[in-house]
Amino acid sequence: MAAISVSARRKPAGPPPDLAPASRRAALAQRVRRNLTAHGFLLGALLCFACFSWYPMVREIVMSFQRTRRGRTTWVGLDNLRHITEDPAFWQAWRNTLLFTLLALVLGFAVPFLVAVLLNELRHAKAYLRVLVYLPVMMPPVASVLLFKYFYDPSYGLFNSVLHALHLPTSAWLNSASTAMVSVVIAATWMNMGGATLIYLAALQGIPGELYEAAELDGAGLLRRIWHVTIPQTRLILSLLLLLQIVATMQVFVEPFLLTGGNGPQGSTTTVVYLIYQYAFNFNNYGSASALGLVMLVVLAGFSGLYARLSRTAD
Amino acid sequence: MRTLISDTQLNRRGGRIVYWTVLVLVVVVFTLVFLGPLYWLVTGGLKSTREAVQSPPTLFPSEIHTDTYREAWSQLRMGRLLFNTLYYAFGALALQLVFDVAAAYALSKLRPVLGNLILGMMLATLMIPAAVLIVPQYLTVLDLPLVHLNLINTPWAIWLPTVANAFNIFLLKRFFDSIPEELMAAAAMDGAGPLRALWSIVLPMSRPILGVVSIFAVVNVWKDFLWPMLVQPDPAKQPLNIGINSLSLGVSQNVIIAALAIASAPTIVFFLIFQRNIMAGLTSGSLKG
Repeated sequence: MAAISVSARRKPAGPPPDLAPASRRAALAQRVRRNLTAHGFLLGALLCFACFSWYPMVREIVMSFQRTRRGRTTWVGLDNLRHITEDPAFWQAWRNTLLFTLLALVLGFAVPFLVAVLLNELRHAKAYLRVLVYLPVMMPPVASVLLFKYFYDPSYGLFNSVLHALHLPTSAWLNSASTAMVSVVIAATWMNMGGATLIYLAALQGIPGELYEAAELDGAGLLRRIWHVTIPQTRLILSLLLLLQIVATMQVFVEPFLLTGGNGPQGSTTTVVYLIYQYAFNFNNYGSASALGLVMLVVLAGFSGLYARLSRTAD
Repeated sequence: MRTLISDTQLNRRGGRIVYWTVLVLVVVVFTLVFLGPLYWLVTGGLKSTREAVQSPPTLFPSEIHTDTYREAWSQLRMGRLLFNTLYYAFGALALQLVFDVAAAYALSKLRPVLGNLILGMMLATLMIPAAVLIVPQYLTVLDLPLVHLNLINTPWAIWLPTVANAFNIFLLKRFFDSIPEELMAAAAMDGAGPLRALWSIVLPMSRPILGVVSIFAVVNVWKDFLWPMLVQPDPAKQPLNIGINSLSLGVSQNVIIAALAIASAPTIVFFLIFQRNIMAGLTSGSLKG
């Protein structure tokens, strides 16, 4: 998802004006043939985009304003939107999703950056540590999530045993409304932080060493070097990744779905995407599901728009 | 290379002590945090049913039960699930390589009428959050427009949507754009048609980017959850992620853990073999404008 830039198309060299009509016709025939070939090459991808991206996008918007009952589809205006906002689950799902995003950013944004800064300073074992951090990203999500579920078990789970052995208070983890979401975030961070860490590490390696030298000569200590060199030099990547992570974490589904069955204790882990899933596949209410999807799209459009603008300046 | 802390500072007596303390600490903590769970995954599958849910848990299995793995393999039909996952992943890879490479090549080198509009419309889909389209996509797969085919429970339901990947098109087109126009013109002079030029000039030069696209294609299918859960309701056709979750009800904990270990093994081996390419692909593919 890098910069979206469309390079200006070069004008095809047309035939010089003084050519005879016959050769002009030949040039035209060649151009037609060239275009047909090109569109032939495009056909497979075009059909897939049409069926699985463009058409569903239009359908998503149309369905938001329709209702289907007993096979009959009618336009209902904003009824779907009113219906979903009157559902108490709507506000809870948004609160949960925002809480998840916030916690996931504190953990999933700050931790990888600090880890990357730390790894970049090490002169040994770097390759080993890099592989370690990225290992969970490659595991099938079901494996990591069900393993964490096993660790979280209040009676025989590893986490409570460790806490108990250290004489610390144990927790109900996924089984209590107050800790369920935090537990989901911890598992999600473990699973996903490798990607961000490696990207930060690459960005840190691109910082010219002279900048640090100059800062040091000016008497800047460690923290001031981080503040005045490291952070400004990686600011663009940091903000791009922040936006990407917001868009990705707002769409969280798998982790709560597998860890708590979706809703969790007292609906404490119901996320917006899980609510869309429930409307569509548990209640067969495609209208409400689409309307909620549209709300999600509008909320996230701001972040994606900002991302597109920032990444264009990065070019 | 000079980083935050200079080598001279590290080589001082105090610096060296701090450095080695930090290094050992980091190595120990990282090993515990990232390898610890994997250790638990492998040894959990070797425990007996009772020992797996014993409190407090044991660090080493008191008796080694290798038959838990055998049981997991047969009870959760791991062979079937693994085969399905590989089938979906490599099928998706093949289709993406054929159609996305062809499309990016057409947009980059053949430059047809409306090419820029098509490219713009493809890239615009990057702005749409994937979760928003799940419902209309599902309804489309249920009844494909115009031809009225139902793709549910067929591999096409997983394969075809992966082709509509604007990120692939973007990466490939950007790479093809960097191939000099003179080379293409020379090939045309020698009488090579567009297909021949793609096959013998563009593709051999594009190996690095094809590697990146391939790795993403396989990993994406391997890690996907919601979509395969919706379009493969038949248990005999489910990939690992879905199959393990739906078959794990009522199965004892040690067998589930063994199944998870079996499911993770191929990706971990795959990662260790291709780690250099995967990590380089990640950093070059994802953000460098």
